[in-house]
Amino acid sequence: MNDQRPWWRPDGFLLYAIIYLTFIYLPVLFLPLFSFNSSKYIAFPLKSFTLKWYHQMVNSPSMLEALLNSVKVGLIVAIVSTILGLLAAKALTRYRLPGRGSVISFIMIPLVIPEIILAISLLILISQLDIPLSLWTVGFSHSLLCTPFAMLVLISRMEGFDNSLEEAALDLGENGWMTFWRVTFPIVLPGIVASLLLTFTISFDEFVLAFFLSSTDATLPIYIWSSLRFPTKIPAVLALGSSIFVISFFVVSFAEWLRRRGIKLESTSGI
Amino acid sequence: MKTSSTTAPHHNSGISLARLFQTSEAVRGYTLLSPTLLALLLGLAMPLAVLFTLSFWIQDYLDFIRTFSLKNYIDFFQKPIYGKILIKSIRMSGLVTLATVLLAYPMAYFIAFRIQHNKLIWLILITVPFWTSYLLRVFAWKLMLGYNGVINSGLKTLGFISEPLEFLLYNPAAVMITLAHAWAAFAILPIYVSLEKIDRSLLEAARDLGENAFITFVRVTLPLSLPGVIAASLLVFIPTVGDYVTPSLVGGPSGIMIGNIIQSMFGKALNWPLGAAISVISMLTVALMISLFLWGTQSFRRKVA
Amino acid sequence: MDKSIISFSKVSKRFGTVTAVDQASFDISQGEFFSLLGPSGCGKTTLLRIVAGFETPTEGEILIDGQPMSATPPNKRPVNMVFQNYAIFPHLDVRGNIAFGMRKSGLTKTDLNKRIDEVLELIKLPGYGSRGSNELSGGQRQRVALARALIKQPKVLLLDEPLGALDKKLREQMQIELRQLQQQLGITFLFVTHDQEEALTLSDRIAVMSEGEVIEIATPAELYESPSSRFVADFIGSMNFFEGEVVDSKARNTTVTSELLGTIVASEVEQEFSSGTPVWIAIRPEKLQPQFESPENQAGYLEGRMGPSAYLGDRSHFYVHIDHRDEPVLVALQNLERSLGGISRPNQPVWLTWSPDALVVLSRN
Repeated sequence: MNDQRPWWRPDGFLLYAIIYLTFIYLPVLFLPLFSFNSSKYIAFPLKSFTLKWYHQMVNSPSMLEALLNSVKVGLIVAIVSTILGLLAAKALTRYRLPGRGSVISFIMIPLVIPEIILAISLLILISQLDIPLSLWTVGFSHSLLCTPFAMLVLISRMEGFDNSLEEAALDLGENGWMTFWRVTFPIVLPGIVASLLLTFTISFDEFVLAFFLSSTDATLPIYIWSSLRFPTKIPAVLALGSSIFVISFFVVSFAEWLRRRGIKLESTSGI
Repeated sequence: MKTSSTTAPHHNSGISLARLFQTSEAVRGYTLLSPTLLALLLGLAMPLAVLFTLSFWIQDYLDFIRTFSLKNYIDFFQKPIYGKILIKSIRMSGLVTLATVLLAYPMAYFIAFRIQHNKLIWLILITVPFWTSYLLRVFAWKLMLGYNGVINSGLKTLGFISEPLEFLLYNPAAVMITLAHAWAAFAILPIYVSLEKIDRSLLEAARDLGENAFITFVRVTLPLSLPGVIAASLLVFIPTVGDYVTPSLVGGPSGIMIGNIIQSMFGKALNWPLGAAISVISMLTVALMISLFLWGTQSFRRKVA
Repeated sequence: MDKSIISFSKVSKRFGTVTAVDQASFDISQGEFFSLLGPSGCGKTTLLRIVAGFETPTEGEILIDGQPMSATPPNKRPVNMVFQNYAIFPHLDVRGNIAFGMRKSGLTKTDLNKRIDEVLELIKLPGYGSRGSNELSGGQRQRVALARALIKQPKVLLLDEPLGALDKKLREQMQIELRQLQQQLGITFLFVTHDQEEALTLSDRIAVMSEGEVIEIATPAELYESPSSRFVADFIGSMNFFEGEVVDSKARNTTVTSELLGTIVASEVEQEFSSGTPVWIAIRPEKLQPQFESPENQAGYLEGRMGPSAYLGDRSHFYVHIDHRDEPVLVALQNLERSLGGISRPNQPVWLTWSPDALVVLSRN
């Protein structure tokens, strides 16, 4: 509205915002705290500062393998679901399609079904087809889950897309594929990057589908889940959680930096 | 100048595939859509169909009796425990949804209307805690509420209690607090987006037409942000109603939800067909609840307008 | 007749039940500045997009430079387009935009850069090559869109309301530049506009369209001075219409009779009418001369009272009330002197006269 009050002006709203942020931050901040606590029991009072859990973390092959598995699955899922989302988003924003509404609803179904039901349905199908459970089945289920997210992100990027840009490229002599490559792709690129990041993150953190659809190869959430039953393993898991948090902070900052730099580059690049 | 005679046959030469492709937007659109649709047909429609079929079979040790039977559905309605837990789950996630959305709305409003510059920074600030693994975030509440947890230690240090409180953890309330925390960002973002989209001149117009700030909020801002509120509610309600991670970790025996039941049917209890039937019933119930909710919000919007 | 560069033969385009273009058949000559003029939704843009290849005609065929186009996709056609919103590629700078279509030109990088510099010179944006697309004003975007198409040396340049988004001053300046550019390069321009003044200023010939149909194709002067239908007469400029009937028509002189005008003679009428034909007698506002004394020795005149007036700077519009006519008659006068000489006193009796060749006679059927 037209009120030009600075946001830090003390009033009920600001107080509320502070309390709310405390609520969402406070529990999470205890996780790194205990990753530096020398006691192996996750409880107060704190003992002394230590890095031994980080040491244990890098020396735990099963944890690192789970991490690697999650990264592998996440990368494949990000690429597959972004491609599927891109195709759908392109078709839905570019063409007047009969039945557009039902197509969108259909693609959205994974978002409106509780994950556990998606998981067991896939489990039943896969077992009936005698397909062995593996990281591939996890990846397939994650791709299904992530495709609607990818599509939503890409649709919002493409909705404002001016179709005459593609027509201009055709008019200037490029065929359909080159038009995509030289015009559509670079313009939609920020959306593609956002979609890759989002779908990777979802897959990386996904537990339910992975729990039902993996066999002996654990992903990281499965490893964490099993560790939570063994108190002695928890500090190292907290160390890993804290490390991932810091890494993702840098990845997002780097992506943002790239994006800003990209905006500048766009304006000066030639052909 | 006559030119038509030489070129007329071109149009009568029948519908070649290439020409159909060039002219029909629908054909081109669906061609582009086909990989996505195929993947979803394979990975979504088929499994759900199989789930539905299985719910009419019967478990026979490690195999299934593949003849049509209503046994699982009859079991569900004969043993009140399943229905009770389903209703409890819906009530719990309903409350979680309500709390999450009510708590998120003022925060989203604050970012949308009070923050003038760098809104993105605030949005990132909101999402940062959620970069931690979901399991660890749930675990964090065990830390908060546990026997030697943050709250007990704090209260003890301050001298309010001499012995740790045991009722904090392992109950439905702990599940609901944890869920409300875990899904906060999913409520804030859609509400924020819908508030941000509101044309500020509409609010000025309402004030100009003589409404005070509160009535303006009720008659203009709230109805216009309703799509965001609906999206937020669904984004929180649907995943929480089927969750079994949180109840397993912080719920204790009294805090279990329908997800735990389904999971056990595919694990320890080993009765897939019954699990499938419970899933089907849960899905239908959730769908019914959502329809009721959407119908309710529709009539609310009509009443306000 | 000059060599035809585009030839439409019975081109129709239907979207479902809507006919956007209905049986268009005409030719555009090499080097012509040809405009498609009509109100929005008349099908002019559809026709242009059919030439570009973005729409496929439902019926009929288009020849560009003698070649049938129905099987040729847009990227293979020897035409280029300046889009209504310019469609400047946002991720490329000016040089990148202009070079876009030259990927397969076979020019070396140095030659291509030289070409681009020449084109930038041509569109009066020298030194703008490294400007980002978001650093350009509306007029500059328009020039870049023009350059991007012209560097391809198309046989026909298609322009889809390219000046619509510009303000009036800039639009007039661009009109002059466009016309000069077209004459300098000798390329055929096919120009779509809804602005009749713009079409008159720029074009060698204009096709007036309405509801998918091409109503009339003629030079600007022909369209303005002797339109062939009431629609064209009304759409281009302002016109006063009177109902009448033909008494006699011979040797370009047509005698008509009308309740308000009496029996008068229109000279320089191209069409011959049989007597008794119901017609519109039409006259342009600037061809009516107001007098404040009763004209004695005049064949035809209109008597009325001064109504409201509008001062437009270079000229003024007066509305004259005539008895037994609902609509006032519009009179336009050049403001040759600074003072209006008090001629606009309300209700002042006024007599309107004209010369016989100012009258246009149009069939009322």
